[in-house]
Amino acid sequence: MTALRIADAVRRGDRLATDVLEEHLARIETLEGEIHAFNHVTREEAHAAAEAVDTAVSEGRDPGPLAGVPVALKDNLCTRRVPTTCSSRILGHWRPPYDASVVERLAAAGAVVVGKTNMDEFAMGSSTENSAFGPTRNPLATDRVPGGSSGGSAAAVAADFSALSFGSDTGGSIRQPAALCGVVGVKPTFGRVSRYGLIAFASSLDQVGPFAVDVADAAVSTEVISGPDARDTTSIPVPVPDLVGQLDRGVDGLRVGLVTELMGEGVEPEVAARTREAADALAAAGALVDEVSVPATVYGLSAYYLIAPAEASSNLARFDGVRFGLREERPTMGETYDATRTAGFGPEVKRRIMLGTYALSAGYYDAYYGKAQRVRTMIIRDFEAAYEQHDVLLSPSSPCVAFPIGDKTADPWTMYRNDVCTVPSSLAGHPAISVPFGSGDHGLPVGVQVMAPALEEETMFRVAAALERAAPEGTA
Amino acid sequence: MNDDLRGHELVIGLEVHVELATRTKLFCGCPNRFGDDPNTNVCPVCLGLPGSMPVLNERAVDYAMRLGRALGCTVEPSVFARKNYFYPDMPKDYQVSQYDQPINVDGALHLPDGLRVGIERAHIEEDTGKSTHVGGTGRIHDAGHSLVDYNRSGVPLVEIVSRPDLRTCDQARAYASELRELLVAIGVSDARMEEGSMRVDANVSVRRPGAPLGTRCEIKNLNSIRSLGRAIDYEARRQVDLLAAGETVVQETRHWNEEEGRTHTLRSKEEAEDYRYFPEPDLVPLQPDADRIARIDATLPRLPAARRETLAAAAGVSLPDETVSIVVDRGLDELAVAAIATGADPERVLTRVRHDLAHDGADGIDPADLTELLRMEEEGDLTSGQVKQVLAEMAASHRPPAVIVAELGLEAVDTSELATMVDDLIAAHPEEWERFCGGESKMQGFFVGQVMRQTSGQADGKTVNQLLVQKRG
Repeated sequence: MTALRIADAVRRGDRLATDVLEEHLARIETLEGEIHAFNHVTREEAHAAAEAVDTAVSEGRDPGPLAGVPVALKDNLCTRRVPTTCSSRILGHWRPPYDASVVERLAAAGAVVVGKTNMDEFAMGSSTENSAFGPTRNPLATDRVPGGSSGGSAAAVAADFSALSFGSDTGGSIRQPAALCGVVGVKPTFGRVSRYGLIAFASSLDQVGPFAVDVADAAVSTEVISGPDARDTTSIPVPVPDLVGQLDRGVDGLRVGLVTELMGEGVEPEVAARTREAADALAAAGALVDEVSVPATVYGLSAYYLIAPAEASSNLARFDGVRFGLREERPTMGETYDATRTAGFGPEVKRRIMLGTYALSAGYYDAYYGKAQRVRTMIIRDFEAAYEQHDVLLSPSSPCVAFPIGDKTADPWTMYRNDVCTVPSSLAGHPAISVPFGSGDHGLPVGVQVMAPALEEETMFRVAAALERAAPEGTA
Repeated sequence: MNDDLRGHELVIGLEVHVELATRTKLFCGCPNRFGDDPNTNVCPVCLGLPGSMPVLNERAVDYAMRLGRALGCTVEPSVFARKNYFYPDMPKDYQVSQYDQPINVDGALHLPDGLRVGIERAHIEEDTGKSTHVGGTGRIHDAGHSLVDYNRSGVPLVEIVSRPDLRTCDQARAYASELRELLVAIGVSDARMEEGSMRVDANVSVRRPGAPLGTRCEIKNLNSIRSLGRAIDYEARRQVDLLAAGETVVQETRHWNEEEGRTHTLRSKEEAEDYRYFPEPDLVPLQPDADRIARIDATLPRLPAARRETLAAAAGVSLPDETVSIVVDRGLDELAVAAIATGADPERVLTRVRHDLAHDGADGIDPADLTELLRMEEEGDLTSGQVKQVLAEMAASHRPPAVIVAELGLEAVDTSELATMVDDLIAAHPEEWERFCGGESKMQGFFVGQVMRQTSGQADGKTVNQLLVQKRG
């Protein structure tokens, strides 16, 4: 059942939020052992929240647009008094003293948080295999990964553990797992959603967004979490757009460009085929479709894997055992730092801290971080040029369908290549959405990515809704 | 001075950290207050808890710009940057500062002796917490454990970096004093070195005059203006000794030990941290806004250097002048200038204001009243002691001198009355008079004392002395 239908039924008093919650908890009870979507299921807190929603309805108050909707939160979103781990040992049993702004907004909208979802440690990864607490399995094929880093959140919606879930997308960490799990995933414009309370991976790229079973749910949940926040001064001071209102507008006359560079080498043929069919379907619905080159996107991965680790090396410095989380006490301060961080961080996190520290070091800054920032500027410029002739751009969300667990863990670069389609719009700070569109190898879902210029989520959702309507039979 | 530098010239640049006196911290709403119980003024932001984000305090930006403008700097578009290094009193293990794009650049501070000291930059950054090392000598090396107070974490600072324009310890001290006065005058900091709200580091090198700059050492832990002078003096001699012995000065950071009166190595250049600065992605760049700068300029008070010039011109003295500096330091220059403008004798004004007035209460003195009082002194209506007495009362009650004089019954006893009194005393004390005439000068004090007693101190001592000498013949 979709979030909108649940909220509608709960608001009208047709269903109790507590009953909706019980159904989802029962499902978690049955399947979670196999899927491992959660680090922590918040039964008690969820019951209290659901009861509050029911009380509000019984007293004639409106609990909000997500009344009684069970939601799951990626475990890098701070939740007051509820363990928040980033799937890392280094946070130990840390319980934040505050809620992330997004969590506050969800609560104010009547949502019921059922748990904190598994992820690649500190959101570094594309398969959720880099979790200190073991991998999450893809509910559609449990020997395969759900994608990552927000794999637990994608799996939670795909397995119907929750009607909605929320993740963070730094270089594709919402869109890629959404594609691999056959759900809708949204990365809003950088600054559209407050990052306050999102434990930072790469601050200039991180953005919170929803997973949903359909585009309408994705639209309403994006609206709920969007809008400026005084606690995040990089949030953009613009009003929340009416996204739900865009869904039935159609795409007649919209200009859609299929990005040449994101359709070539490394993209599975079936994935490329579905993406072309998606473009054709939009053309059939009245859009003006052509192919467009965004040349600098080919350098996206290289730039991303310098900028994101550089920022991460600084963001993750505070995990030092002094104030919170794990502390491996040793005779001296330096030894305590070393022991704590050695024991607390997993290998991928260590790799990126090393990479990022190197990229920022004296004598290397210009050659690495500096050059990566110049590439970032080039990518933005090339996107601007493409958007002069186009309203949205199209590409696959992931170059491949869900791959077997353990398949890509040997070589980091093989794993990094999963982000090739999603990284460019991340670097540009632009919004993008992944919409399921047919299936690829092994009958596994394919996601098509719709990209739009900054703050053009309305157009993006118009196209996403059209894609959803045009999706072939058997789309997850 | 510096005769013992054996022909070397001392070159000094100062880096001064100033805590801004904002009500709240730089990036959160916690109180910016010194002296509270440890870890009471803290929140997720200034504790650097995961997920927290900075929100820039616009008042701190105003204060930083105000300071920049007072130093004659240009306010530039600026960018916050992260300075990365690990230390327990820095909760995020990076400090938010400004690096290659600071808010204020290219200014100057004018010292009382006329020296213009260039200001390279004055940028905004956050303060760290405060570590206390427990056990041993209280230094980190032999401490049993350390305690950290994060009340200071995130307090707004401006770091003011001078150019290496200072040549003597006296100039360095004068720079620190002048800067402190300026900070207090423009109301951005209480600038108390002993409380750490103003902290001075000195870059010191020596060279042969005309030679390129020598290798510098940075001296830290200077907790007073006195330490600043002592440390530079010590460091200069140490460097000259090294050079004289045919050795070289090694670039390093040195720690001043106040008790031992010497500096020692804290860390060498090789051990220096690589701070890996990069733009702070959690904050947006600052764009200077012409209206905002104009508003700040309009509210800047007149600064000490300009005030010294005004007072010197009014008093007809040339700078540098010690009395002028002191009067300006005490904030009494406006009163002095106004009194001179209403006809008071400049020299008398400067002397009285310097020696007999403190700033407290002097605000309310009407310059015309001061002029009137000094005229009374000049015309011999009041004795020097009476002028002091009336001035103190004027500062306390802000009433005109004539009223105070009448109320206290302070009229100088006139000379003919005094002459009669002296004659009577000679008649009454012939023996003492003989001794005085015989050259026993201490007997002069006896007669003056007697006159003073009879007049309750209202007589002018100078006149009494003159009378006694006249009558002795």
